[in-house]
Amino acid sequence: MKKQLLALLLLVSPALALASGGNVHLDKANIDPTNKQSLQRGVRTFVNYCLSCHSAAFQRYNRLARDLDISEDDVIENLMFTGEKIGDHMTVAVSKMDVKNWFGAAPPDLTLVARVRGVDWLYTYLRTFYIDDSRPFGVNNLVFPNVGMPHVLWELQGWQKPVYKTVTDEEGQEHQMVEGVELVKAGSQSPAEYDQTVRDLVNFLAYMAEPVKQERQQLGIKVLLFLAVFFVIAYLLKKEYWKDIH
Amino acid sequence: MGMLISLRDWIDARFPMTKMWEEHLSKYYAPKNFNFWYFFGSLALLVLVIQIVTGIFLTMNYKPDADLAFASVEYIMRDVNWGWLIRYMHSTGASAFFIVVYLHMFRGLLYGSYKGPRELIWIFGMLIYLCLMAEAFFGYLLPWGQMSYWGAQVIISLFGAIPVVGDDLALWIRGDFVISDATLNRFFAFHVIAVPLVLLILVVLHILALHEVGSNNPDGVEIKKNKDENGIPVDGIPFHPYYSVKDIVGVVVFLMVFSIVVFFVPDGGGYFLEKPNFEPADPLKTPEHIAPVWYFTPYYAILRAVTIDIGPLSAKFLGVILMGAAVVILFFLPWLDKSEVKSIRYRGPIYKTMLTLFVLAFFMLGYLGTQPPTGVKTMLAQLGTVIYFAFFLLMPWYTKIDKTKPVPERVTFK
Repeated sequence: MKKQLLALLLLVSPALALASGGNVHLDKANIDPTNKQSLQRGVRTFVNYCLSCHSAAFQRYNRLARDLDISEDDVIENLMFTGEKIGDHMTVAVSKMDVKNWFGAAPPDLTLVARVRGVDWLYTYLRTFYIDDSRPFGVNNLVFPNVGMPHVLWELQGWQKPVYKTVTDEEGQEHQMVEGVELVKAGSQSPAEYDQTVRDLVNFLAYMAEPVKQERQQLGIKVLLFLAVFFVIAYLLKKEYWKDIH
Repeated sequence: MGMLISLRDWIDARFPMTKMWEEHLSKYYAPKNFNFWYFFGSLALLVLVIQIVTGIFLTMNYKPDADLAFASVEYIMRDVNWGWLIRYMHSTGASAFFIVVYLHMFRGLLYGSYKGPRELIWIFGMLIYLCLMAEAFFGYLLPWGQMSYWGAQVIISLFGAIPVVGDDLALWIRGDFVISDATLNRFFAFHVIAVPLVLLILVVLHILALHEVGSNNPDGVEIKKNKDENGIPVDGIPFHPYYSVKDIVGVVVFLMVFSIVVFFVPDGGGYFLEKPNFEPADPLKTPEHIAPVWYFTPYYAILRAVTIDIGPLSAKFLGVILMGAAVVILFFLPWLDKSEVKSIRYRGPIYKTMLTLFVLAFFMLGYLGTQPPTGVKTMLAQLGTVIYFAFFLLMPWYTKIDKTKPVPERVTFK
């Protein structure tokens, strides 16, 4: 029995895989998928700042309207700017080749990014851009070194500079390593406000990666309750049949 | 009622309906002392049905086309009514199939179910296991995610390690120089019809062979040696209704565990649905770390455990040979085991120790197969590989010298 329990534990334990960028400490995103207001703020940030380059090619506008309690009219008015229809997917107008020439790599589709990277990675990534003059857009990132993306949210967050620490490697050589970041020029939001903006955005990305998640869990509880009742009946039936077997 | 009876008689005059019902269910006498481990045969059948039914519905909306496959899976997840449930049941079912089958096989090891006269049941079972691996491998390419693509790339390139014909063989399997639309199409054909067809036939043969010789039991006692005046084994009870009602309880418990995964952790913590597979396949971007799905990792670890070339044979080729041998050797189990007794209950300390080591080695190899190889981990994988093969290759010797206990005449309830 112990072996089975161990096997079960191994199966349900979360993967320890590290996202690209390696061993950087990831901050907890602490998102609340049931908070509709947070999701609504998140989608606004997404449409205003991300959707010009990144698509969300599997997400339909009307699905988002339904799931996030936004009326379709509000979605058309506030979230759709290029004359799509309400049932369309959230695609971008620019061609992939153009963007690839601008940024060096085509910006990935973001529909499923939260399932690829994890919410904590995204939350940390969007908060750890720092000034690096050696990069084409003047910024680098703590969890995604040498990323091709500019710091799109700079006007909200402001600018951060890297904090270095000196580490000695196995051969006794000293290296400068980026340890963290600190704010040098404030943006339009305070650090706490900016964290909340990113949290809302990540919340929305997590929703978009699996819109059915809430429904799935609610149905799961009902199914388990049914099975629990069925178990009692099945067990009593078995006991009744087996009472003569010794 | 009278009409139903005459309908039954009409059919029975033309088809052995009642005869088959009795032979395989109502008058199939199974030992009365089946324990926990005996649930997994019928559960494997249940998972097979789940996979076939959900598979049929997935096929209605999936598109086996390199440009459309990934999007069609997302279409199923988002736009098809209950598509997400069908898809999660199918992806969870794949892992559940292997869990159930591994436990079913372990039961065989515990109670010597592969020993005479049940060698053919074991052989059919092993062929089912091979089919299952092929089925899982072909199916894993279909969502056309990064891990689908690169996992298939790695496995097919293994054939390239075979001397002389390797590269041509890999090319022939892929139908292209890289994994491509041609590969996806043929894998789809294999996954939805070729392999399932063989699998179903083998399952029928497995059960027919079982019902011919009768089931083993936790005591390893042949119940057919002890029959009453009507020719019915005294320790046997009809499969239906006794084991049909008992298996329903097992089914409900299984479905509870299955539902917990499907509804609350459908990606199985990254083991059932791997994270990189939520990114569409990109032939130009190799993932940092390619690992096969968990049920293949013990063999993958054995493959990577070989690190030295011998003469003209590369380490990779030798690894492929060893990995193949690890599966093939299971077929010979009935003839490697020279013990007088079947069940672990009456076996001596050597077999018990070897079986424990074997299970630990299998778990360790399974874990190591998910990890990037490092010096220490490769050494552990080599240790695990040695234990894995020692369990089988030394079996003719240690089962002979092992001190067994006397087997009772009748089955016991423990």
